[in-house]
Amino acid sequence: MITRRHLIASAAAIAMLSAAAPSMAADTVKIGLILPMTGPFASTGRQVEAGVRAYMALNGDTAGGKKVEIVLRDDAGTADQTRRIAQELIVNDKVSMLMGFGLTPLAMAVAPVISQAKVPAIITSATTSAIMSKSDYFARTSMAGPQSAVPVATWAAKNGLKRVVTLVTDYGPGHDIEKGFTDEFKKDGGEIVEAVRVPLQNPDFAPFLQRVRDAKPDAVFVFVPAGVGSLFMKQFVDRGLADAGIKLIATGDVTDDDLLGAIGDPALGVITGHFYSAAHDSPENKAFVKQVKDTAKIRPNFMAVGGFDAMHLAYAALAKTNGDTDGTKLITAMKGAEWTSPRGPISIDPATRDIVQDIYIRKVEKKDGELYNIEFDTFKKIHDPFVAK
Amino acid sequence: MTHHTQASEFLNARHRWRLWEIALWLLAVAAIFILPSQLLILTEIAILALFAVSLDLILGYAGIVSLGHTAFFGLGAYAAGILARDYVSEPVTGLVFAGLISGLFGLATSFLVLRGSDLTRLMTTFGVAMLLAELGNQATWLTGGADGLSGISMSPILGLFEFDLYGRNGYIYCLAVLIVLTFVARRIVNSPFGLSLMAIKRNPRRAAMLGISPKRRIVAIYSVSAAYAGMAGALLAQTTNFVSPDVLAFHRSADVLLVLVIGGAGYLYGGIFGAIIFTLLRDWLSVATPQYWMFWIGLILVAIVMIGRERLTGWPLLLAARLRGKPAEDAR
Repeated sequence: MITRRHLIASAAAIAMLSAAAPSMAADTVKIGLILPMTGPFASTGRQVEAGVRAYMALNGDTAGGKKVEIVLRDDAGTADQTRRIAQELIVNDKVSMLMGFGLTPLAMAVAPVISQAKVPAIITSATTSAIMSKSDYFARTSMAGPQSAVPVATWAAKNGLKRVVTLVTDYGPGHDIEKGFTDEFKKDGGEIVEAVRVPLQNPDFAPFLQRVRDAKPDAVFVFVPAGVGSLFMKQFVDRGLADAGIKLIATGDVTDDDLLGAIGDPALGVITGHFYSAAHDSPENKAFVKQVKDTAKIRPNFMAVGGFDAMHLAYAALAKTNGDTDGTKLITAMKGAEWTSPRGPISIDPATRDIVQDIYIRKVEKKDGELYNIEFDTFKKIHDPFVAK
Repeated sequence: MTHHTQASEFLNARHRWRLWEIALWLLAVAAIFILPSQLLILTEIAILALFAVSLDLILGYAGIVSLGHTAFFGLGAYAAGILARDYVSEPVTGLVFAGLISGLFGLATSFLVLRGSDLTRLMTTFGVAMLLAELGNQATWLTGGADGLSGISMSPILGLFEFDLYGRNGYIYCLAVLIVLTFVARRIVNSPFGLSLMAIKRNPRRAAMLGISPKRRIVAIYSVSAAYAGMAGALLAQTTNFVSPDVLAFHRSADVLLVLVIGGAGYLYGGIFGAIIFTLLRDWLSVATPQYWMFWIGLILVAIVMIGRERLTGWPLLLAARLRGKPAEDAR
C-alpha cells in the first residue's frame, strides 16, 4: 500500500527540480565562483570570496560596458561536485567565466568541461604545476608550483645555512615544493640532511620533529597546507627545536596572515618566502586590506589576494574584448596581462597562462601590537620553476 | 491449498510490479524531455541511487552493516578510470570491468564480514576502506595520488552515443544501467535465495538449523553488492572523466548509509528515494545558503529520522493517523 505516497514523493521531487529556472539578461556577464565554503577547506573559500567581493566594492560592478554578476556555489572540496557545478553553471546559468578551485583535484576535475565548452577558468587557490597543462582555458592568479620555495633556498644558501632538513606534507603540492627547494638548494652548494614527509590526514608533527632534532641541521625547511600552520608552530616550540638552535624557514603557508594572531609569539623571527603579506607596503594593498577588514571582518591572506586578482584579470579581459564574452577571445585577452596587485607587480605568462610574480622573504615581527610577515628581501619575476627550466 | 502453492503464490505476489514502481521509472525517463536543464544532477542521483541499492542488498536483506562500502565504489571508479585512460575507452566495457574487479575484491573480503558481530563488521569494513584509500593516495604512478586521476577521455557509448556537455546521454546511460541493475536486484531479492537471506538477517542460527547455510549466501550477496557498488563508481568516473581520491573517503560511506536511512532499508527503492531526497536537499540548500547549508541539512536529517521511523513511506500514513487523532501504530 505505498502507491500513492511514492507518487506524491516523486511529484514533489520534480517540482523542486523545476523550481530552479535560470533568468538572465544580455548586458550582464555572469562569473561562476566555485569554492569550498564548507568542510575542512572552508577558510580558503571565505578568504577568496572576501577578495572577490573587495574587488567589486573598490572597482564597481561594470567591466567592458557590462554588468558583472557573481554566482557563488559551494563544492565542499569534493571533485565530482566541482565538476557538476561547473557544468551546470556553464549550461544552465550561462556563465562566461569560472573562478575559484580550492585544491588541485578540484581544478583537475573541471579541465575537460572548460576545454569542451571553451569557457575560461581562473584558478584562485590551487597551486600544483601540473594543472595548467590540462586545459588551454586555465589561467592562474594564486601561485605557480613551488614558486615560493625556490627563493627561500637561494636565500638560505646565501645566509650561511649549510645543512637543512626538509619537512613537507605528503601530497602533490608538498612534493612539488620539496623538489623545488631541494634542487635549488643543492645547486647553491647546500646539503639536504633528510627529507621528511608528514601525512595529510590528522597530522601529528611530534615524531617527525623529533627526527628533525636528531639530525641536528642548521635549519628545517617546512611546507604545510593552509590552516595547519598554527598546529605545526605549537609543536615546533613544544619540542624545543628553537632552543636546540635549529632555525625555521618555510613557505608563507606556515605563517599565514589568517593564523598568525592565533599562533602568537612563538612565530616571532620565523623566516618565510611567499608572494603576499598583509603588511606589504603599497597604496593598493592598504586599500585592499582596509576593504576586506571592513566588510568581511577578517585579515586578508594569500587566498584573498588570489580572488582579488582573479577579478582584476576577469575585468581586464572584458575591457580588452569590449564586453565580448566569447571564451577563446577572453582567454587570449588574459595572456600577457600585467598589473599592480596588492601583493606587488604581477603578470600572466602568455605561453603558460600562469602567474609570474615577485617572491618576498619575510620575517615575523610585531607591528602595532599584532604579528605580521615583514618583507625584507625581494626576488623579482619568478616563473614556475618546473616549467621555466 | 498445499504449502507449495502457498509459497509460490507468496513469491509471485512479492514479485509483481506495483503501479508506483512503473510510475517512478516512467517519470525518470520522462525527465530526459521535461527537465533538460537538470540532467546533471539527475545523473548524480542515479549514481548515488545505484550505490545505495548496492548497500541495501547487504544491509537491508542480509543485515550486514558496513562503514566502508565506498571501498568498492572507489575501486570501481579507479578501475574504470585507469582502463579508460590506458587501454579501452568504451564505457560499457569499463562498466563490466569495474563490476568484475569490485566483485572479486568483494569476494575476497567477504570472508572478513562472516566473523563477529555488527561492531566487528563496522570496524573491518571501515578498515578495508581505509587501506584502499591510503593505497590510492600512495600509488601515484597508477592513480595520480592526491591530485586525482585525470586524462580520461571516454569514447562514445557502444561506439554510438557521445557524452555531451548537457549531460543528456550521460543521464540516459546511467539511468539505463540503474534500471537494468535494479531489475536484476529485484529478481535476486524476490527469489528463494533472497528470502533465505532475510531469514539469515532475522536469526542466523535458526536459519542454519532450517538448512540454510549463512556463510555461502553472505559471501554471494556481498560479492554481488560489491560489484554493484563498483559499477556505480565506474559510472561516476565515466561521466565526470575524472577520479578524485575522495571516492575512497569515509564521508562517502557515511553518505550512502545516510541515504539508506532516509529512504528506508530492505525494499530496494529506499536507496532510490533516499538518493533523490538527499541530493535535492543538499543541492537546494547549498545554493540557498552556501555557507550554512550543512546546519540546515543536519537539522532536516535529524527530523526525518526522528519522525520517519524506519521508512519514508510510513510518513503519510503517520501524518494521516495523527490528523485523525488516532495512534499511529501501524504507520510502517
